[in-house]
Order: sequence, then structure tokens, then C-alpha cells
Amino acid sequence: MIDTALTDWSRLQFALTACYHWIFVPLTLGISVIMAIMESIYVKKGDPFWRQTAKFWMKLFAINFAVGIATGIILEFEFGTNWSNYSWFVGDIFGAPLAIEGILAFFMEATFFAVMFFGWNKVSRRTHLAATWLTGIGASVSALWILVANAWMQHPVGMTFNPDTVRHEMTDFWALVLNPVATSKFFHSVFSGWMTGAIFVIGVSSWYLLRKRHTRFALASIRIAALTGIAGTLAVMLSGDSSGVHAAKYQPMKLAAIEGLADGGTRAPFSVVPGVEIPGMLSILATHNIDGYVPGINNMLDGYTTPEGETFPSAEKKMESGKKAIEAFRTYRANKDKDPHTAMQARKVLQENIAHFGYGYIQSRNELVPPVQLLYWAFRVMVGLGGYLFLLMVAVLWAERKKRLAEMKWLLRIALLSTPLVYLAGQAGWIVAEVGRQPWTIEGLLPVRAAVSSVSVSAVQTTFFIFVAIFTLFLLIEIRILLKAIQKGPETDNTPNQAQP
Amino acid sequence: MITYEFLQQYWWFLIALLGGILVFLLFVQGANALIFLAGKSEEERTLIVNSTGRKWELTFTTLVTFGGAFFASFPLFYSTSFGGAYWVWVLILVTFIFQAVSYEFQNKAGNLIGKTSFRIFLTLNGCLAPLLIGTAVGTFFTGSQFVIDKNAVGNIAAPVISRWTSAWHGLEAVAEPFNVAFGLMVMCLAVCLGALYLQNNIAHEPLAPRLRRSLLVSFALFLLTFLCVMFQLFTMDGFATDAQGTVSIQSGKYLHNLLQMPAVLAIFLLGALLLVAGVASNLLRPAFRRGIWLAAPGTILAVMALFMLAGFNQTAYYPSKAHLQSSLTLANSCSSEFTLRTMAVVSLIIPLVVAYIAYFWRQMDKKSLTNEELENEEKY
Repeated sequence: MIDTALTDWSRLQFALTACYHWIFVPLTLGISVIMAIMESIYVKKGDPFWRQTAKFWMKLFAINFAVGIATGIILEFEFGTNWSNYSWFVGDIFGAPLAIEGILAFFMEATFFAVMFFGWNKVSRRTHLAATWLTGIGASVSALWILVANAWMQHPVGMTFNPDTVRHEMTDFWALVLNPVATSKFFHSVFSGWMTGAIFVIGVSSWYLLRKRHTRFALASIRIAALTGIAGTLAVMLSGDSSGVHAAKYQPMKLAAIEGLADGGTRAPFSVVPGVEIPGMLSILATHNIDGYVPGINNMLDGYTTPEGETFPSAEKKMESGKKAIEAFRTYRANKDKDPHTAMQARKVLQENIAHFGYGYIQSRNELVPPVQLLYWAFRVMVGLGGYLFLLMVAVLWAERKKRLAEMKWLLRIALLSTPLVYLAGQAGWIVAEVGRQPWTIEGLLPVRAAVSSVSVSAVQTTFFIFVAIFTLFLLIEIRILLKAIQKGPETDNTPNQAQP
Repeated sequence: MITYEFLQQYWWFLIALLGGILVFLLFVQGANALIFLAGKSEEERTLIVNSTGRKWELTFTTLVTFGGAFFASFPLFYSTSFGGAYWVWVLILVTFIFQAVSYEFQNKAGNLIGKTSFRIFLTLNGCLAPLLIGTAVGTFFTGSQFVIDKNAVGNIAAPVISRWTSAWHGLEAVAEPFNVAFGLMVMCLAVCLGALYLQNNIAHEPLAPRLRRSLLVSFALFLLTFLCVMFQLFTMDGFATDAQGTVSIQSGKYLHNLLQMPAVLAIFLLGALLLVAGVASNLLRPAFRRGIWLAAPGTILAVMALFMLAGFNQTAYYPSKAHLQSSLTLANSCSSEFTLRTMAVVSLIIPLVVAYIAYFWRQMDKKSLTNEELENEEKY
């Protein structure tokens, strides 16, 4: 019997690793673009100021990069250590993007990181610039493939179940890569990284301006960061919009949970906060049509029919169908060598019910509803902070263009204090994406309880606390080193009160 | 004609190749094991850390890609071994994550636990990672304690396919002397390669005699463990599989494999020869520092040959001692034909990746690392 505690601790360990990983990765994604733009200006203009500016952010990039790698390797191997059944059941599909990520992206990052960091006087200026860009592109390519893998868990496509090998097998590679969920997930995640990089650079630079240190450096950094961040936020909004539509289409339970929508319908309202609603807005967001039908949690549990006449079965029906599929699977396996006729019939039943295979493991309908309160608030934190940070970047850029930023101490203080918020928004976003997928590892096909490894709860608890201790130690050290490096400042100008350029 | 069977063999060949490259790149670990042994002054230790610090990500990345490629091509190994030999893999990973942060953190203000602590982490990873990886690979020949039952998926209450039957979850591998000897062999080889790499990469006179001594000692120990391992390997029982996929114990299986696959024998001998030539040329000719470039292909070839012995010629590459028929073979643990074929197309990009890595390696290492460079340029 699979212990619920084992599933919970395995989930907790994976969530811990993923959350820590996503502290470091978005900064890598964003700051790599910002420093590459700076170095491009240096190569174009030849002004050493830009070289020093780029170099300073590279230094912070490098401090941050290492912990991202450390948490990343754990994530990859945890699929095996903690989710071994998952690894076999869908490894035929899921392993491929992971391998491609290694071959295409990791070597690119590893090689060009070294050239970027140590190669200033070993390769030509242009080659160095290419290396800087390629380090950042490598990070984005890596994000692409891991998000292709993640999107497949949210919306599995391009595969078929093979009862002989007892796993799902890939039938269409391009369906996997061009999965619409993957596309919006990629843009949403990578550009949220741009926001993180931008807010981080703006925050640090604001501190210099408040201290009247490195004024030229700080203003130049803010300008580039704000532009990058604003562009990133616009892309985040666009991809967020399509993510909403995809959720409505492929993961309606996730969407309903995010909205706390018990009973849905047409002209479904969007809840801004409890008690404040915009009529019809959810329908618009989810279907791009004010009369669009959005099912609520109860509708999905009880079964529903859309105004267009499409009928969706109740939770009980799906669970029944799932149990039928699993039963047919057993019959097929028991008879495939001795009674081909029975086996073929069982196989047919299995095929008819395969879409609900995972529901066969579900014991009560309540398991099918992800935690509503957590999702509801995580979503609002993500969107609310995203919107706020966008306005902040616009304000900062406006003040900088008007050459008034250095005197606007209040704005600088707000910018500085807002730095942690971008991290909060990012974490909230992944909570929405991953907690919203519960109870599934792969939507509809494999619930978490059937995906775990056969290890003892105490083993997972032990490694969980080991990882908590290690990651927290790393985080504390990283923050301290970053603060020291920021305090020391760039090796550009150090003149206090320097006039604006 | 590219058949399913061919694709399985091809992917095992790639796993062997990645394994070989990984073991060669463990020179980073081997050199880090020497931080305190060969590096006597702060200056020398900084040189060693910075020398390996420009390459460590390649090793790390190769390890991750090795894992990813194994996942994509032989997912049953991934699920069985990682989920089963839990503690071994967690230990390996922990040593690597400490390594990952140590370069960047060791010499920075505000690093909380001091430079020496991080260098000790590097040294620990340097010794433990090759030892543990080697021990784990040893089980490819001696077997592990697991049972696989794919019908379990039909059991709603207990659907897990792979189950480890030893409560030690992988740590029991050390009870088998062969595995330990294998681990020690890989560790000594890593140190040997590390010394060769440092000899070539760092120009610092006072370090030279100590690196020579490290090379000599590690090579002597390597030879000792290597001979032990080879003697055992070629006299032990192995796990054979027949056309129906039935696994049986066969005496002298690995010796038979070697003799029945002359190409593997040739690769193995050539690899061993190049490795010895690399070490010998650095030891015998004090002015010569390029032995690593003989030892590198030597290591890759020899390790590839060992992987081929484990997987080719109707052999179960990840045998189960708990339930013989649960043993993993290329055929019963691989991905579908479609996936292997798709990934085979992806693998065509590997030569390009190797080419750009080699090109930039050369660009970056044209001149040996010196104290002057560390004083004037970026360093860890």
C-alpha cells in the first residue's frame, strides 16, 4: 500500500527543490540579457565604462548561477529517486526533452560561461560578446526543453499507451515540442525571468543612487534594465493570457480552483479579491468571449453539459472508467500469452477507457480538487505583483528619461524595497502551475500517489531535511556574498554626486 | 537497415561514450583531491582551484547529460536504479552540489564558513564522487537487489514497478569487494588524470615535483586496483541473456564477451595502452607535460570498452541478484523504437557540441595558468 505520507513527503521534497531552483534561475535568465546588451554597447561604442558595467553584473550573475546549477541537478535526478514509477510510465516521452536539454543547452552554458568569465583577454572582443550572448541563450534553450517536458505533464500529447511495455510511448515528437502549452509556458517563464533580472538591477542601482555612489553606472543600468523588464512584462502578459485559455481548455479544474469558482456558467465573473467581482471577465479571460462557458468545481465533479451541447462526465464516471481501464489492463496482461482472444478484448476496453486511466487510482472525488485557497491567493499575488512591478518599471524609466530619478528618493526607496516582490511573484506563479495540477503528475493519466518510488517515508524525510539545510545554507551564503559584492560596487566611477550624463 | 535492435545498441554505445567522457572529465575531481596534498601554499591552492574551476562545469554537465541520456534511452534503468539505490545517488548528488557552489563562494567576502571549508568540499567531492560513481558502476557487473514487476501498475494499492529488496537502498553495494575495488580504481584514475591535467595546465615550478609524485603514487595505486578489478572481472560469473530475454548466470561471461567481441578487445587494449603511455611519458620525461592528451582518449576508450562488456553480446547490464529475470537488458529497459530513432537524430548534433567545446578549450588554454594571470585577471 502506498503511504499517503510517502506521496506527501516526496511532493514536499520536489516542491522544495523546485522553489529553491526558481529563486536562482529567473535572475540568471534576466540578468544574462541585461549584461549582454551592455556588452553589446561596449563593443559598438568602445567605451570601457560599458565593459565595467557589464562586468559588474556578470559578477553577480556568476554568484547566482552556481546555486541554480546545484539545485537543478537535484531536480533532474529526483524524477528517478523519488518518482521512479513516473520515470518508467512516461520516461519514453519525458526523458527525451531532458536529454536534449543536456546536449543542446547545458554544454552551451558551461562552455561559454567560462569564455565569458575568464576569456576577456583570451578571445577577440566579438567572440567574447558572442560568448556572453550564448551563455544567456543557453539558459533560455535549457528553459525551453524543460518547459516542453513540464508542459507535457500539464497537457500530454503525441503519445499512446502500450500495455505490453506498460508505459506511454511517444508517437509524435513535434506534437510534444509544439504543444501550445509549452509555447506559452516558455514565454511566460523566460520573460518573467527578464522581469526578475530587471527588478533586481533596478533595486541594486537604486541603492547606489540613494547612497550617491556610481551614479552614471546606476542610471545606465536602470535604463537598460527597465527597458528589458518592460518588454519582458508585456510578453509575460501576452503569454499569461494564452496560459489562461489553455488552462480553461486542458486543465479546467486548475482554472476553477484558481478562481475559487464552485459553480460556473456563461458570463462567469472574475474575482479580484473575495467580494469584488468583475462580471463576465472570467469568461473573457478563459475563452476570449463574454458568453463563454466556464465550468466550476462542482460542475466538473458532478458532470456538465456546455451550452454548445458538449457533455463531460462526472468524477464518479471517470473513476469508474479508470477502474475499468486498469481492470482491462490486468486482464490483458494475464491473458496475453495464453488466451489471445480475451487479451484482445481486454485491450479494446483498455483503449476505450485509456483517457481516464489515472482516475482509476483515485479513491474519492475530493482528491480531484486541488487546494483552492492556496491557488486563489497565489494567483492574485502573482498577477497583482506583476502589475505593480510593471508600473514601477514604467515610473522608473520615465523618471530616468526626465533626468529626475536621482532626486526622487521616494521612488528609489520603493524600487529598492520592491526587489523581493519579484521573487514572490515568481514563486507564486509556479505554485499556481504545479499545485494547480494536483492530484496529477500527468494530467488525467497518473496521479502522484501512483508515481512515487518505493522508498521509506523516513528516507524521504531525511533527505528532505538534508536538502532544506543545504539549500538554505547556500541561499544565506549567496545573499551575503551578493550584498558584499554590491556594497563594494562596480569598478567604474566612484565619484559621489557625479552629474548625470 | 536501422532496426530497433540496432538503435538499442547504438544508444548503449552513446551511453558508453558519455560514460567514457565523464570518467575522463573526472580529472576535475581528481585534481581537486590534490588541493591540499599537492598544493602547499595559498598560491598553489588558488592555482589548482582556478585551473579546475574553468572546467568543472563540463564535468557537471556531462554527468547531467549522462543521466538525461540514460533516462531517454533506458528509462527502466533510471527508474529502477535511482529510485532503488536511493542513498548512493543522493550521496553522489550531495557531493556534487557542494562542489557546484564552492568555486564561486570559496574566495568571496561574506562566504560565512571560510575559504578552507569550501576547499574541503571540493576535495571531498574530488575523492567521494569518483569513488561512489565507480562503486555504483561496479554493480553493473555484480548485480543489485531489486525486483521488477510491470503488472504492478494494475494493482491500485501498490502500483510501483521497481522495488529494491535491500533496506540499505544502494549502500549494500559496498559489501561486495569488487564494487569497492571498482570505486577505488575510478578514484585513483581520477587523481591520476587530475595530476596529468594540472601538469599540463599550470605553469608553476614549485608545484611540479609534487604533481609528479602525486601522479606516480596515484598511478601505482590505480594499477594495483585495476589489476584486482580485471582479474575478478575476467574470472567472475556474469549475467547472460538469450534470444527470448531469459537471463542466466554464465561463468566467465565477461571474459567471453571480451574474446567474442574483438573490436571491444581492441578498444580496451588501445585505451589501456594510451593511458599508460600518457602517464609514462610525463613520468619519464620531466620536460614533457602533455601526457593528459594521450591519457584522455585512453580513458575514454577503456571505459567505453567496459560499458560494452556490460551491455553488448547478450548481457544483462544491470543485473538483479534478488530476482534474476528482473535484470535489465538493453532490450527490456530501452525506450520505444520511435523515441530511440528520434533521439538518434538528435544525437547527430553531438560531434558539433564536442567540436565547439574543443575549439574554445584550446582558445582558453593556449597559455598555461600562472600566478600573474590570476593577479591581473578574473579568478575564483
